Amino acid sequence: MEKREGHDNKYGMVIDLDKCTGCGTCMVACAAENNVTVRADESDKERSIAWMQLYKIDNGRPFPDTEVCYFPRPCMHCDEDGRGGHHSPCVSVCVATATELDPHTGIVSQIYARCIGCRYCQAACPYHARYFNWWDGYSSFKPFSKGMERSLSPEVSPRMRGVIEKCTFCHHRLMRAKTKAYAENRRDLREYEYITACTEACPARAITFGDLNNPDHMVSRLIKNKNTFRLLEKLNTQPKVYYISSKEWVRKLADNYLPDQIKPVSGNDI
Amino acid sequence: MDSALIPEGTKRCSAPAFFLWTLPWLLLLACGGVSALLCLIFGLNQTNMSNIFAFALWIVADLAVIALGAGAFFTGFLTYIIGKKELKDIINVAVIIGFICYSGAMGMLGIDIGQPVRGWFIFWHANIHSMLVEVSFCITCYLCVLTIEYIPIIFENKKLNTVREFHLFGHNLHHIMAIFAATGTFLSFFHQGSLGGMFGVMYARPFAARYGFYIWPWTFFLFILSAIAAGPCFTILCTKLTEKITRKKLVPDKAIDLLAKISGFLLALYIILKIADTAGWIYGVIPQAGQRLMDFYREGPYGIWMLICEIGLFGIIPAILLLTPSLRKNRLCLIIASLMNCAGIVLNRFVFVIVTLAIPVMPFERFWSYLPTWQEWAIALAVIGYGFLLFSLSYRYLPVFPKERELNPY
Repeated sequence: MEKREGHDNKYGMVIDLDKCTGCGTCMVACAAENNVTVRADESDKERSIAWMQLYKIDNGRPFPDTEVCYFPRPCMHCDEDGRGGHHSPCVSVCVATATELDPHTGIVSQIYARCIGCRYCQAACPYHARYFNWWDGYSSFKPFSKGMERSLSPEVSPRMRGVIEKCTFCHHRLMRAKTKAYAENRRDLREYEYITACTEACPARAITFGDLNNPDHMVSRLIKNKNTFRLLEKLNTQPKVYYISSKEWVRKLADNYLPDQIKPVSGNDI
Repeated sequence: MDSALIPEGTKRCSAPAFFLWTLPWLLLLACGGVSALLCLIFGLNQTNMSNIFAFALWIVADLAVIALGAGAFFTGFLTYIIGKKELKDIINVAVIIGFICYSGAMGMLGIDIGQPVRGWFIFWHANIHSMLVEVSFCITCYLCVLTIEYIPIIFENKKLNTVREFHLFGHNLHHIMAIFAATGTFLSFFHQGSLGGMFGVMYARPFAARYGFYIWPWTFFLFILSAIAAGPCFTILCTKLTEKITRKKLVPDKAIDLLAKISGFLLALYIILKIADTAGWIYGVIPQAGQRLMDFYREGPYGIWMLICEIGLFGIIPAILLLTPSLRKNRLCLIIASLMNCAGIVLNRFVFVIVTLAIPVMPFERFWSYLPTWQEWAIALAVIGYGFLLFSLSYRYLPVFPKERELNPY
């Protein structure tokens, strides 16, 4: 199997925006899987936590030409720029080495017990993919959360107040898949043996997850689609989350462009 | 009542009058204390910070007071390393202001982090690539240096000086002060710089991102320069305010004039480099990110006026005022120029902290606004209260101004 330079594996995601219906199942599945805290009042959207955030974007035209697209946004798991320049925006700034880029998987992790809550990573992330715990999470002292700890997944650490959390590409699922593979005397994981909760839950199958370094994986084929793009690609953050949209206005809204910078795309490869 | 503690040959107000003077500052401190407790007990939800405004009023205040406190290390550098002897008449003020600014900022930072008990992780699990680690190490070390510089001033108190050990300790510290001045200069250069570097390295935030030299973005050097340009002006302002309140002349004009002249020169240099940096940003960083300058100033109250004010109103004008001898020697003009210089640096820090976060990077993201809660204001104002209190106590009981007796014989 031919592998690219850099990480051993490079897990990534491709989200087909043409298929996404905006149902929000990915958000719910993610929150339930990863013990994301819920407050009685979640109306303060600037402080609520959604590892998988769903944006609703439109083409800005009046009715009847209005077009809408739903834009799921997990953590982009940004990478080194590959030219020896800079690291992921958040990893390089963290004071206490509480967030790391795993060279074996390409996953950007967050070590909750080490995070001091300075929020520098949050300021550095242009995707707003990092969330701070403004309140105590599953605290038994709070009446509204009484008993909620029974719904927690034992595989994911609940977060304490005052630390940053973010999408981990359901890292515990990778651990689970690896344990199973080792038990079966395998070193490599099969395709789809490790997928994220949002990938599994998406009813429209808009999300595909796999190893971008493995040319046999569907994600590696999907990213060759002419309509594939990444969010804010110009900033050179090297995200591992790719999007597909046949609509030019959607692709255009994924980055900032000067008037002469927009490249038209025609046709679908796959 | 406390006459035994008041410096020899100087006149101070009565103890009850002094107590009344300290009341508002004690009140500010008390409000800050209550707010700090609320934040420590209930968490940072007591503030209006959010996942968008990860940094807010406290970081602006931190950056501002640290920059304004730069007068301490820079005056120390000019006095002990360059050998500008006339500045010995103002060095104590600079050191005390520096100590107030840095200790106040450290206190505020302690509340600003989500897990204050884990603060030591910065040193234990230090990520050497993070500019904030450099800031933390240098500020902590420099606060120790400032404490060492402050101790001999405290030991000069009339009563404490009678204790032989204190007298000898303070006296010997005075002799080796050049070493601490040099250490302080080294540490301060790096933390002032890395505070700027913190924002310049955020390459995914085009509003703050800057090119640079080696690992240091240009903001690294600009923050040093702006701090040493504004710091001495803040020292001048504090001195003039003390003179106004006490109705005494405390520092010879020669020292003030020299400090103002150096400040003016540095401010002019800073503004030239700031213009060059802004041009590089407009024609380099911004188009590379697919944006235009005015994209940043489209929404909310943060218009292009901020850039104009920063460079023009609070940059070029005070630089001209401070560099023109006749204007500099005019007391009112000097105070206005110093105020403008200090306002410019506060605006610069505000822009880098708040505006950077308010401007969305994703094209479909909206513009967010932020207003601090009373708890945030109370903690920020408590630093001012603390500053007034400590400075007043120092003025009352310590020989802060060496020329006070000579300038005010009675």
